[in-house]
Amino acid sequence: MTSALEHRDELLRLTDLHAFYGESHILHGIDLNVGAREVVTLLGRNGSGRSTTLKAILGLVSRRTGSVMVNGRETIGMQPHRITRLGRIGYCPEERGIFASLSAEENLTLLPKVGSDGMPLEEIYAMFPNLLERRKSPGMRLSGGEQQMLAMARILRVGARLLLLDEITEGLAPVIVRTLGTVVRGLAERGLTMILVEQNFRFVTQLADRHYLIEHGRIVDMITKNEVATRIEALHRFLGV
Amino acid sequence: MIQALSGQLLVGLINGSFYALLSLGLAIIFGLLDVVNFAHGAQYMLGAFVAWMAMQYLGINYWSALILVPLAVGVLGMVFEQLVLRRLYGLDPLYGLLLTFGLALVLEGIFQNAFGISGKSYPVPDLLQGGTNLGFMFLPRYRMWVVVVSIAVCFGCWFMIERTRLGAYLRAGTENPVLLQAFGVNVPLIRALTYGFGVALAAFAGVMAAPIYQVTPLMGSGVIMVVFAVVVIGGMGSIAGSIITGLGLGLIEGLTKFFYAPASDVVVFVVMALVLLARPAGLFGRQL
Repeated sequence: MTSALEHRDELLRLTDLHAFYGESHILHGIDLNVGAREVVTLLGRNGSGRSTTLKAILGLVSRRTGSVMVNGRETIGMQPHRITRLGRIGYCPEERGIFASLSAEENLTLLPKVGSDGMPLEEIYAMFPNLLERRKSPGMRLSGGEQQMLAMARILRVGARLLLLDEITEGLAPVIVRTLGTVVRGLAERGLTMILVEQNFRFVTQLADRHYLIEHGRIVDMITKNEVATRIEALHRFLGV
Repeated sequence: MIQALSGQLLVGLINGSFYALLSLGLAIIFGLLDVVNFAHGAQYMLGAFVAWMAMQYLGINYWSALILVPLAVGVLGMVFEQLVLRRLYGLDPLYGLLLTFGLALVLEGIFQNAFGISGKSYPVPDLLQGGTNLGFMFLPRYRMWVVVVSIAVCFGCWFMIERTRLGAYLRAGTENPVLLQAFGVNVPLIRALTYGFGVALAAFAGVMAAPIYQVTPLMGSGVIMVVFAVVVIGGMGSIAGSIITGLGLGLIEGLTKFFYAPASDVVVFVVMALVLLARPAGLFGRQL
């Protein structure tokens, strides 16, 4: 299966990444790296800078400094669309970002392909039968769960290999969270690389290889899958749950 | 009686065709770029003048001008967008408005300086000379052509925006350009093309207008005020809204000319005030 060498292939490396929205300084020097086929999470309380880290990777902040290496290339001065194509990145934003004036199917097929191995539409509809039923509905008429399915589905179609998933279970019914869990596990088995920002710790403990703990815009700790059991108390304290 | 009425309605329909073409371009530009393109009237004038100059100095006829002039003026628009306008994205929309207003004054000034304010006349192409006598009125062939082509172009634009993939990019970009770019779409390029397209539409309207109205440096500043009222009534950024409102207001203007001519210049603004009172986002705009 995956050779050790392949596993060490690095898709993303952030070094001393600072990010700003206007005058406010949100990230204060993030250092992290993600290897091919790895699943990592960013854990932290609200406002700690997890979502901003994902946005800063894509260049969606007003200013960023430091280094963002994508597939071994420096992207700190690049425009967002070039970064996405270079890294074959699929982004699922916290607010889901469904285009309200486009139909579900238009939303699904809108994104340009970033790789050649995207999931065919039939397979996506088989995975999310609701979307097939609702494909003619405008984005603004979809329920929260349907919007989340759609936000996931559209980045599967484009052949992304690095997924940035921001709070995909937030505010959803348990049954939908379970469906998404199945989907994300399936993607991990297919060998996709993922960075998850997740409030729902149980959703990711089984799934992720490593967890980065973020506080005040800095990485304060890193915990591997094997360490989770022994450090669960500390983790809960950190997350305030 | 019926002759006078149908005559005014035809004039209204012609004016409405130009309102529709111009407000469509404005709506597209405003939607994606958040720029109130005050240079739209001057770009319309530029279309008419370039067509006149092309015929005068290069012997380019109406039919070729109808294609070449919008292309040329559209490219000029894209150059302007790339060199200047794009630097103002993300700032208060007032800056874009002031910049394009300045551009309008510069363009009109250049042409006034070069050609004076008296009008140049542009001949109706041979193929569209003459007209048909409908019994109750005389229908000039060129005017019929203007109405049909304008409606066809407007419908074509509507179809492209609402029903094609390119249009889906435009709609998505209008809604959330940052996210669209994060998905790998070259939004800066789409912005430049959109501005160029909107400007080309204005120039196209200018070429169409050349044989009907006098070609003068200030021909755009007269019509643009009405067109802005049309955009406000239709709802900022609404594509179908600006087309329907453009044609409708042309007709209302025509009717007013028939029933109470002195009011015809202000009727559009009266309608605008009434619509804003009842529906602040415009007839077809999304209510806030």
